[in-house]
Order: sequence, then C-alpha cells, then structure tokens
Amino acid sequence: MSNTIDDIGISTTGERRAVVSVPGTTPDPDWVIVARGLKREYDMGGEIVRALRGVDLAIRKNEYVAIMGPSGSGKSTLMNLIGCLDSPNGGEYWLNGMLVSAMSDDQLARVRNKEIGFVFQTFNLLPRATALQNVELPLVYAGIPADERKRRATEALDSVQLGPRLHHRPNELSGGQRQRVAIARALVNRPSILLADEPTGNLDSTTSQEIMRVFENLSRQGQTVVMVTHEPDIAAHARRVVVLRDGIVESDERRERFVDRVGISHATTKVAHD
Amino acid sequence: MNPFEAVRLALDTIRTQKLKSAFTLMGVCIGVMFLIAVVSIVNGMGNYLKDDLVGKLIAINSFELRHRPNINMGDVDNATWEEYRKRKRLRYHEVAPVAEVLPEGTRYAVIADNQLSMTSQYGRGPRTVRVTGVEGDFFDIKALEVTDGRLPTPQEYMLGTPVVVIGPDVVERLFPNLNPIDREVRIAGVPYRVIGVTETQGSAFGMSFDNVAYVPYKAPARRLFNAEPTMIDAMMIQSPSEAEMTETMERVRTVMRTLHQLRPAEKDDFAMQTADSALEFWNKLQGYLVLAGVALPAFGLVVGAIVIMNIMLVAVAERTAEIGLRKALGARRKDILSQFIVEASTLGAVGAMAGVGLGVVIAMIMRAVTPLPTAVAPWSVVLGVVVGAGVGIISGVYPASRASRLDPITALRAE
Repeated sequence: MSNTIDDIGISTTGERRAVVSVPGTTPDPDWVIVARGLKREYDMGGEIVRALRGVDLAIRKNEYVAIMGPSGSGKSTLMNLIGCLDSPNGGEYWLNGMLVSAMSDDQLARVRNKEIGFVFQTFNLLPRATALQNVELPLVYAGIPADERKRRATEALDSVQLGPRLHHRPNELSGGQRQRVAIARALVNRPSILLADEPTGNLDSTTSQEIMRVFENLSRQGQTVVMVTHEPDIAAHARRVVVLRDGIVESDERRERFVDRVGISHATTKVAHD
Repeated sequence: MNPFEAVRLALDTIRTQKLKSAFTLMGVCIGVMFLIAVVSIVNGMGNYLKDDLVGKLIAINSFELRHRPNINMGDVDNATWEEYRKRKRLRYHEVAPVAEVLPEGTRYAVIADNQLSMTSQYGRGPRTVRVTGVEGDFFDIKALEVTDGRLPTPQEYMLGTPVVVIGPDVVERLFPNLNPIDREVRIAGVPYRVIGVTETQGSAFGMSFDNVAYVPYKAPARRLFNAEPTMIDAMMIQSPSEAEMTETMERVRTVMRTLHQLRPAEKDDFAMQTADSALEFWNKLQGYLVLAGVALPAFGLVVGAIVIMNIMLVAVAERTAEIGLRKALGARRKDILSQFIVEASTLGAVGAMAGVGLGVVIAMIMRAVTPLPTAVAPWSVVLGVVVGAGVGIISGVYPASRASRLDPITALRAE
C-alpha cells in the first residue's frame, strides 16, 4: 500500500467545502469539477421525478474518484451532467473553470469533445470501423487534419498496448481489447477528465482487473479519472469514493475509509497497486 | 467535420451495405438513365435532321428563293396553306433582275423539278426519277461532282440541249452492267444523251438522294416541271460567307417586292428558305421532346426520392446508438445533419452516375441498331448527376434532422 500515491492530488474535505460554498464564483483552475447544489428533475408524464436534489461535488485535477450508489440513486443522472450530455434544472456546474450549466447544445458538444473522454459499459465502438478509425473519431469532430489524426490515434492505441491491432475491427477483438480501444478513444483528445460509466460491467473479473490497471496507470500519469459504478470492489480501485443515495451525496471519503466501512477484502484491491 | 470526410463516410456506408444501397439507388438510377437516353435520342434526331437531311437539301451559306417554303415540318396551319396556294409562282424572267443585285462572288442557280418517268432500251421497265432542270451554278453550290463523264456546258444550258446527268440509282436500274455515258435515255418519252453520273448523295429516312437526274433547265422536259414552262420552282443563292448572306437576302427581298409590286404594308408573297428556317419547326419540337424527356424521368426521380428517404429513416433508426456516440464524442447538431444529408446525396449521386452509365449504353445501342446518330448531351449528364444528388439532399433532409435532434443520452442507451 503506497501512501504517496494517495497523497498526490487528493482534496481534503475542508478544501472541497470551501470551493462549493460560494455560488457564482469561478473556482480556482485546479478544480476540474465543481458542482454546487446540482438539481435534475424529469417530467415523466405529469409525475415529477427528482433524480438529483442538490448535489455538491468538487474534484481536483489528478483525483481518481468513483461515484457509487444503488440504482435509482441518481448516479447515472450525475454522470450525464458531469459528461455534459445533459443540463441541470438547478445549481451550477463548473468544468475546468467554465460554467457548463449555462451552455447551449453546440457549446456542450464542443466541451464534450475537448474536455471529456467517455468510456462506456458497452464500449460503443463503431462496428464497421477499425480500431484506428474508432480512435480517430473525436479528432474528426475536433477538426484535426487527417495525417495528424492518424498519428495521434496510433499513439493513443500504442499507450494501451494495442499498437499491433490498429486495423482490426471490434468483432476481431476481445472484450478487454475493445474496452482498451474505447479508452484510447477517450484519451486521444487529451481530455480534462476520463469519465467511465460502469467500465467493467460487461467484462469478466480478470479482464476487469486488467482495465482497472489501465485506469490506475493513467491516474499515476496525472489523468483525472471519474468512474461511475455500482460494484463496491471496482469502486475500491479509486482513491476517493462518492456514494449517492436518493439524489444527494451520502458519503464522500478516501478509499481506505470506504473499504473499511463496506468491508471489501484486501485481495481485490491489492491487484490495482502491483 | 469537413465535407470530404462526410462523403468518404457515406461511400463507406454504401460499400458495406451493397445490396441495400443498390435497391435504394434504383429509382434515381432509372430516372437518370431515361433522362440521358431520351435527351441523346432527341439530340440524335436533331443532328440527323440538321446534318443528313436539311444539310443535304440546303447547301452551306445558301438560301432558296421560292414562292413558298418546301420544307415544312408540319407546323403550317390551314390559313397559311391557303395563302401559300394563292401565291404567284416564280417565273424564269424574274431570275435576271434578282441576279443583277447579287453581290460579287455570289452564286446562283435556277431549279425546276418533277417526278418523271425514265426509260432506256438497256434496263428493265420505266423508272420514276426526280428530274431537276438546272441552270447557273447548281453543281457548284451543291458541291456535287460527277464520278463519270462531265457536267453540261454553258452552251448546252443556253440551247437547252437534251443531255442528262444521272444519279447512281438510275444507272443501276436503267443501265445494268453498262457504261451509260453517251447512251440514250428517254425522259417522258423524249430522248436525252447521258453525259455524266453523279457521285452518291446517300439517303435520309429511307429516301434515296441518288434516284435523280439533272437536265439543262431549257431542255424539253421544262414543259413537264410546272403548269407553265416559264415557271420555276426555286432560285438557289449562295453567299461566300454567312455574314454576306443576310445582306444578300435583304437585296433579293427588295427586288422581289418591286417585281411583285407589293405595297409597304403587304407581307412578302415569296419565301427565302434557309437551313435555319427549315429547322424552325424542329427546333420548336425539340424543345417539347426534351421537356418530355425531362418530365418522364422526373417520376422515376420522385420514386427514387421516396425510397431514399425511407432508407435514410431506417438508417437513422438503426444507427441511433452510433448517433448518440458521435454526439457524446463531440458531434454538433450540424455535424450529424450534414453526415446524413451528405450520405443521402452521395447515394443519389452514385445512383445518378450509374444511370448516366446505363443511359450512355442505351444511346450507344440505339446508335448501333437504328439510323439515329444518338448523341449524349454533356449538359444532360451534368443535369442528371446534379438532379440525382439534389434528390438525395431533399430526401435526406427530414431523416437527417430527426437524427440531429436525437438526445445523446437516450441514443447512447439504444442498442
């Protein structure tokens, strides 16, 4: 167990409280994500569903955070808001010093392209495109010229050890390889945050561990990682765990406290730190 | 995303879904195919009339002074015919005053003709031949040469000597396996001496230009060309250049109006027929035919548009997850919109190009198996491809706008 890693880029409760407490102020650029009193309600045929009822959340650069919670807790809604796929009904969301909650659809698309790297449970690769073409996709929308796209996509695939698989289509790759293509795609535009939604949900436990190692390495290299999951032993790979319940933050603590409280065997978490 | 990228994406989709794309393209393909084929056939008919038919009847930079036009492609109404019928016929004595005002270098000829029966002691039975009495520069204007023998001399023209220059068809019929030169032939019973055989002039619409005979206008056959021997059918006038022809026509008009004692308010009671005036009706008809050639394929294109729209709606539904993903990765509404519009218009353009290919093949087949010299009009190729792409764009707008409005969260969840 290396305490040094945990010491890097972990924000203290006091710091977080300070940064979320004053609405309307632009947070210090060190804070990648600042959500103040975030609310999201859905109108389901006349019935108002309050998915988020005032979430305060502050994540500093280089933190590795897991967002947990049972189904219906609002974690998917929070992920959509953090990923700029949706806009809140109330509160403010600052991403990298930008007030995202006030942006138009096209501005949000721009922010998703530049600031967010998505990794999905079902990989969401284009089936008819090669690994390289899949990874190039965010660069296409960023307006990067073709030869630079190719160079950067190749680099990104190399960084997840898929250099020899550039021209394979998703159906020629294993689940773990597909998810690594998705991670390369998420990273290719050098986003502020890597946002993973149940990244191991469709993988067996060995492959899950493999993907968690990739995340761990990225975090060590300075990448801010936010991972949404309902599995406590996956959440335990992060350095900080936020638990949602009924649309509000129930707990926000270091991994060690979370592991102690929920009681996950040390063996599962050990792998990530090899 | 730049347009080139979008086209590449669209071509990829077409390549990976060949069968579906083929069905999608059929409507546009057939529409454009008919467009190309019909336009090239109409074009071919036009070229045929201009070059083969009228071109053979009316020499370059020339016009024919007649009492009424003799090439009417069907657009003359009854009242006009009635007026034509009452007109004064052209007379031989009018030729000299007209010839007097012609600018230097202008050629002219006198023409009077009729279908007359010809016989010879060497061949089978009588043959009905178009016999033309000529005088002046007739053979020069028509650029008609003899392959055998000679043309009439000025003396023969002046004296009306019974000599004749015959066409190859007449030789074949009346002088089988014989050299006709200096042999006797009878035109309506009157003996003539054959002095020459013309080169072949071909045929048009199954009508041979070689079943002809030319005699000096003053020869005895003159009595048989028209009701009165002094009548002529036409005076053929050829200017050295197109520019001079207009001036010449103006002079001839003035002389003729004077000879016919027309008052300024009265219309001309004679005609000056040029190749253009002979083709006037055709040009009008061609307009309608091309219109039909464009209107009929339009139905095919409408069907093609509906099919493309349908296929694109299906494609949008099938690719909901893809659209969601693209949006999550930073595609803006207009990126998605243009992706699907470009895809639809690429489909349309590819269909149109296939149609162009098939249309050209049809035109080539027509050219090979019919006498029509079909000619693919370059503008119809451009129009075809543009219309095909346009059909794609129009039918792609609605599906594309549906795709672009998809909510990325719901779209991502679709599988």
